[in-house]
Amino acid sequence: MDSQIKGVSTGTTILAVTFNGGVIIGSDSRASIGGNYVSSKTINKLIQVHDRIFCCIAGSLADAQAVTKAAKFQISFHSIQMESPPLVKAAASVLKELCYNNKEELQAGFITAGWDRKKGPQVYTVALGGMLLSQPFTIGGSGSTYIYGYADAKYKPDMSREECLQFATNALALAMGRDNVSGGVAHLVVITEEGVEHVVIPGDKLPKFHDE
Amino acid sequence: MSSIGTGYDLSASTFSPDGRVFQVEYAMKAVENSSTAIGIRCKDGVVFGVEKLVLSKLYEQGSNKRIFNVDRHVGMAVAGLLADARSLSEVAREDASNFRSNYGHNIPLKHLSERVAMYVHAYTLYSAVRPFGCSFILGSYDQDDGPQLYMVDPSGISYGYWGCAIGKAKQAAKTEIEKLQMKDMTCRELVKEVAKIIYIVHDEVKDKSFELELSWVGEVTNGKHELVPKDVREEAEKYAKDSLEEEDDSDEDIM
Repeated sequence: MDSQIKGVSTGTTILAVTFNGGVIIGSDSRASIGGNYVSSKTINKLIQVHDRIFCCIAGSLADAQAVTKAAKFQISFHSIQMESPPLVKAAASVLKELCYNNKEELQAGFITAGWDRKKGPQVYTVALGGMLLSQPFTIGGSGSTYIYGYADAKYKPDMSREECLQFATNALALAMGRDNVSGGVAHLVVITEEGVEHVVIPGDKLPKFHDE
Repeated sequence: MSSIGTGYDLSASTFSPDGRVFQVEYAMKAVENSSTAIGIRCKDGVVFGVEKLVLSKLYEQGSNKRIFNVDRHVGMAVAGLLADARSLSEVAREDASNFRSNYGHNIPLKHLSERVAMYVHAYTLYSAVRPFGCSFILGSYDQDDGPQLYMVDPSGISYGYWGCAIGKAKQAAKTEIEKLQMKDMTCRELVKEVAKIIYIVHDEVKDKSFELELSWVGEVTNGKHELVPKDVREEAEKYAKDSLEEEDDSDEDIM
């Protein structure tokens, strides 16, 4: 499905997982054209839309960048009008409205994750056609198909930061290992009330499994 | 206070030499001619009370309502030109609905009142239109923000309140409201006090019969704005009537 995208696409692996006190959002860094050529080994798929809210993008890179740019503006304006940081739900809703109202033209899906004062850490999936769903954790992109089993088996609610980081890293490594259009480095962002921390794990430092 | 504008009051786009926009002031007069509406915010909700004057015995009971629902969690009580108020309630409804559609959650009342106030203000800028001849009180209850109460007047400003009154007896109503310790009261207690205040400020001589419209939103209604149920209303009206009789009696004793 993703491989039919015209132009540069993020055949990709993205995920977001809540833990006790925060949320970890992660992605690979490969951008490809036609499933054959790697157009970038170090693309950023984790877009910051507000101080404590990030979006990961999947699908057509051009569409995703355009949508996140518009969403970032709208969320910023909304936050200034409200005189308070935006709710993660509000940010996800903005993305959803853009995706749903332009569903004929767009081919991009998102995972919105972040922290807000009202509900703490949250993860929302905004699917291709504009569906909005709240979940404790979620995986997306072409690489995600290879890790549904791992994610379902290994996810526990209320993990510690370290357990969650290990879970996310393993999941990304497994997906990148099997999906040809996912690869490069693993980008992870840890979002908590205190702040935002980027972790980058180069390909050779990723966890290795039985036949690697 | 009747000051004649003498030429500076013909349109909202003209200032007078002493810096007033007479059309806006005249709009506020329209509100002062209307019967009283009050809104009070307590510890766990907001209660509205409106003195709805019944001009004819032929009216169906409950017609010409002056309390509107703007969103599930927001209520609006109005005073002034009722048709203007109805049109503004539609504006408020659309705003609240668009907010929910865009951002996925209830509109915060401060934001809604600012937006409607901006709309009202726009009509005070041009000669082609006249200002809205109504004031209204907005109230809401939300799990996180708690009870909120805002009032918007024809000039297009909005303020947050613990208690406010609009309409012909607003001064008398404000005096009564100030006597209350609303921050410590619950909605159930407040409903009775609101009914009592409306009965107190109602002028038996000038205005004949009236219907009391009561509504509330708070923990007691699970965050939903609705007209007060029949039994609560009857209890509140009884309390109001009894309190008034007591006061009458005590006056007689002193005499």
